[in-house]
Amino acid sequence: MRMFAALTGAMVMVLAAGMASAEVAPARQAKLKDMVDQDCGSCHGMTRHGGLGSPLLQEDLAKLSAEAVIETILEGRPGTPMPPWKAILSREEAAWIAAYLMGELK
Amino acid sequence: MKRIAVAVLGLGLLSACQPALRGTGDLGLVVERADGRLMVVENSTSTKLASVAGLGDLSHAALVYSRDQRYAFVFGRDGGLTKVDILTGSIVGRVMQSGNSIGGAISQDGSLVAVANYTPGGIKVFDAATLEQVADIPATGPDGKASKVIGIADLSGRRFIYTLYDAGEIWIADLSDLKAPRITKYPNIGKLPYDALITGDGRWYLAGLFGEDGIALLDLWNPDKGVKRILDHYGKGKEALPVYKMPHLRGWAVAGDEVWLPAIGHHQVLVVDKGRWSEKTRVDVAGQPVFAMARPDGRQVWVNFAVPDYSKVQVIDTQTKTVIKTLEPGLAILHMEFTPKGERVWLSARDSDAVVVYDTETLEKVAELPASRPSGIFFTNRANKTGL
Repeated sequence: MRMFAALTGAMVMVLAAGMASAEVAPARQAKLKDMVDQDCGSCHGMTRHGGLGSPLLQEDLAKLSAEAVIETILEGRPGTPMPPWKAILSREEAAWIAAYLMGELK
Repeated sequence: MKRIAVAVLGLGLLSACQPALRGTGDLGLVVERADGRLMVVENSTSTKLASVAGLGDLSHAALVYSRDQRYAFVFGRDGGLTKVDILTGSIVGRVMQSGNSIGGAISQDGSLVAVANYTPGGIKVFDAATLEQVADIPATGPDGKASKVIGIADLSGRRFIYTLYDAGEIWIADLSDLKAPRITKYPNIGKLPYDALITGDGRWYLAGLFGEDGIALLDLWNPDKGVKRILDHYGKGKEALPVYKMPHLRGWAVAGDEVWLPAIGHHQVLVVDKGRWSEKTRVDVAGQPVFAMARPDGRQVWVNFAVPDYSKVQVIDTQTKTVIKTLEPGLAILHMEFTPKGERVWLSARDSDAVVVYDTETLEKVAELPASRPSGIFFTNRANKTGL
């Protein structure tokens, strides 16, 4: 059962990464990278070591599934300053950012 | 004869090596955050005089000035505290004092520099002359957990005031005896205070709450009265928008008897009666405000915005309380700084890689300087202001 969950998680991640690179145009990818550095960076640090927001290094995100990261980006974390970004980012773009943060994409 | 010639030549060389004497009152620093570098700039000419590199991670960097306005103490996100000589454009001291810091303050007498830290939470205090650490004060909440510290400012005497983000407390550290700092705590001020400010007269300390509506207010002329809650509708309210960037209170605007504050989660700036602390009115603006800053004479308030509206800047007339102009000075305007008497304002346009200078009377652009991903702009007249 646990293995099934892990597999599903891995599949979601692979799917997310595949979907992301398929549907986010290269020019937009550059823009998203910049957004991660600059706009996410204003709380999480430009080097992602954290600030008012938690660190977003690969080892920190390894505890989470790609789906959880995507949901956090789109819906935010109620009760914390992390806002929902869904008005600015599509699900595909959030998936691309999740994969980028988690080290699936360069 | 030969000997005299040599001597004269020597003197000539010596005087050529001597840099021209100058003051620092016309100078300032601009943070080029992605490169860990500062620009030394001159107001009157709108030019860059020098670059200072090697300051580490300068995301969200802030700085304060020594009271002779020659040295800047720069607080980096990576926990670095760097002392920069702006006359020679060089680093004269640097310590890695924590893992992650947010800002700092310099004491009224100029002798101590305090740094507010995220990781580990708390403040560390340094000798301004030598950067030697003189005190380490952890910020531990009632639950025993370390708290991030925000909103640090100098008070009279060798005292600093700051707020514990996780614990929801305001603390005052009195360092008149360095060996035994005295701490006064104000608990239960509210949830998630995200930034704080002190008025220029040093009387009022306000901590904005993110976790609930309102602002925690401490009257430093009457500290025994404790913390009071004001502006219960200040915060997000029911129909709030997502807050894409935390508003900054430190650059807040006092114009006459009115205080101008960025609303949280609304496209509005609040006008508050200073002293009574009640809301007078709200002014609709083009996005979620980050900084609302008054021109030094209080006649105008300039507002910049969070993503996605951060390429606009609006100018509000404080008498009529209307937006008199919407400017598009460049892409991603992160910060604004008025010249000491306010005839010009400098704006950092991060994504245009430029600092743009506007005339505040004509509201026209008068100069532009290339800058790599600029963020904070700090002129040396901050040296003489409480809380800056």
